[in-house]
Amino acid sequence: MTISRIRLAQAASGLVLLGTCLVAPAGASEGSSVVEEGKGIAFSRSKGNCLACHMIEGGESPGNLGPPLIAMKARYPDKAKLRAQIWDATTVNPDSAMVPFGLHRVLTEEEIDKLVEYVWTL
Amino acid sequence: MSGHCDGGLRSNIEPNCLEKREIMKKTLNKMAILLLLGGVVFTAQATTPEEDRAAFVKHYKFRFPDVPMEEYPNGAYAIDKIGRENWEAIEEFPPYEPFIDEGQEMWDTSFANGKTYKDCFSDGPGVASQYPRWDKKQGMVITMALAINQCREANGEKALKYKKGPIVPLLAYMAFESRGQVTNVVIPEDDPRAMEAYEKGKKFYFTRRGQLNFSCATCHVQNTGLKVRTEVLSPSLGHTTHWPVYRSKWGTAGTLHRRFTGCNRNIRAKPMKAQGEQYRNLEYFLTYLSNGLELNGPGARK
Ligand code: HEC
Ligand code: HEC
Repeated sequence: MTISRIRLAQAASGLVLLGTCLVAPAGASEGSSVVEEGKGIAFSRSKGNCLACHMIEGGESPGNLGPPLIAMKARYPDKAKLRAQIWDATTVNPDSAMVPFGLHRVLTEEEIDKLVEYVWTL
Repeated sequence: MSGHCDGGLRSNIEPNCLEKREIMKKTLNKMAILLLLGGVVFTAQATTPEEDRAAFVKHYKFRFPDVPMEEYPNGAYAIDKIGRENWEAIEEFPPYEPFIDEGQEMWDTSFANGKTYKDCFSDGPGVASQYPRWDKKQGMVITMALAINQCREANGEKALKYKKGPIVPLLAYMAFESRGQVTNVVIPEDDPRAMEAYEKGKKFYFTRRGQLNFSCATCHVQNTGLKVRTEVLSPSLGHTTHWPVYRSKWGTAGTLHRRFTGCNRNIRAKPMKAQGEQYRNLEYFLTYLSNGLELNGPGARK
C-alpha cells in the first residue's frame, strides 16, 4: 500500500512537470478555453464539485467546509504546489477532508491540469 | 477547517481573523485528541466505551458551547437556525404521522398462525430503548428491525426489506410508542464478543473509505457544523434517537440503515448490506454514543 502510494506520488510529480510543460506554451486564446473547461470541471457535481466545500466566485450554493478559493495566484505562486493540493491534499494535511482528486482518480491528470489553470485565475 | 476564515489571506482586511485562527488552532488540537483517540483504540491501548462517549460529548460541547445536551436528538436543527425554522413548521403537520397509523394497524393485525407481534415483544410496542442489544445466544447485535423480522420468520411470515417499505411504518409506530425513553445501550461484560462488536463499529466509523476518502468522523466529527453545499453536517451525538425518518429528499420515510447506505454512496463507497454485521455493529457503537439522550422518533429531515 505504502509503496504503491509512493510510486503513485512519484508518477504524479512527474506528471506535474509534464502538465505544466504541456499547458505553459499554449497561447492566450487557447489558454482561456482551457480555463473555461477547467471551470466546467470545477462546477460539475460529478467531476470536481469544488462548490460542495468551497466558495468560488460565480458558483451557486457553496459549502464552507474548505476556505474560499480566492487570490490563488498570490497564495500559490508555485503552480505545482496548487496542483499537488488538488492531487492529494492529505500530503500537506493528513487529516484533510479534501478529496484526493488525483490519487483516487476522481479526475484524470488532464482534467486536473485544466482545473489548475482555472483555479489559478481565481 | 478554515471555513469561517480563509486561512490567513484576509487577516489584513479582517482584524478578528487572527483571533479566529487562534480558536481554530485550539479546535484543531482538541480534534487531534479525539481522532487520536480513535486511532489509539485501533492499536492495543483500549479506551472504554464510556471514555469514548465522554470524548464525543466534550468535543461537541467545545464546538457548540450554547447547545444543551437535550437538543442533540434534533440533529442538524440543534445547530442550524435557518434549517430549524423550516423544520419546526414541518413538525406542525408531521409527514411521518400516516406511517405511525399504518404501523399500529400492522401491530394489531394477526399473522396467518393467529399470533401477533405482541407474542414476540411481550413489553408491547414501546421497546426501542432496548435496542440495539447484544444477544449472547446468537452471538450478535440485535437491532429492532432485525428483531421484527426474527419474529415474523418464527411465525411463518416473510421477512421485510430493511431500508424502505412496510418495515418503516412498523418501526415508526414502535418508535412513537417509545418516545420519552432514554437511550441506554449496554455492553455486557460477561461476553467479550460484545465489546468486539462495539470496537468493530467504532473502527468502521473512523475508517476513511470510498473514492472520495471520507470516514463518518470526517464529516460528523471533524467538520460538524460546517456546510457541504447547503447541508449542515450534524453531530453524531443524537444520530440514532429518531428513526425512522421522513426525509423530504426521499419523499418518504426510511430506516437508519438506509441513511448509512446514502452516506456511504455519497463518498462513492460501496454501501454495506442493511442489517448486515457491519452496519449493525456501527449502529451499536453509534447508539452507545447517544446514551442518556431521549428517544424522539420518528423524525423529519429535509
Ligand atoms: C469535501 C470537501 C472538499 C472538496 C470537495 C474540495 N475541497 Fe479543496 N479544501 C478542502 C479543505 C477542508 C481545505 C483546507 C485545507 C486542507 O485541509 O487540506 C481545502 C483546501 C483547498 C485549497 C488550498 C486553499 C488554501 O487556502 O491554501 C485549494 C487550492 C483547494 N482546496 C482546491 C479545491 C478544488 C480545485 C476542488 C475541486 C476540484 C476542491 N478543492 C474540492 C475541502 C474540499
Ligand atoms: C461527505 C460527508 C459525509 C460522510 C462521510 C458521512 N455523512 Fe452522514 N450525513 C451527511 C450529510 C450532508 C447529512 C445530512 C445532514 C445531516 O443531518 O448531517 C448526513 C446525515 C446523516 C445521518 C442522519 C442525521 C439525522 O439527524 O437524521 C446519520 C445517522 C449519518 N449521517 C450517519 C453517518 C455515518 C454512520 C457515516 C459513515 C458511515 C456518515 N454519516 C458519513 C454527510 C456525510
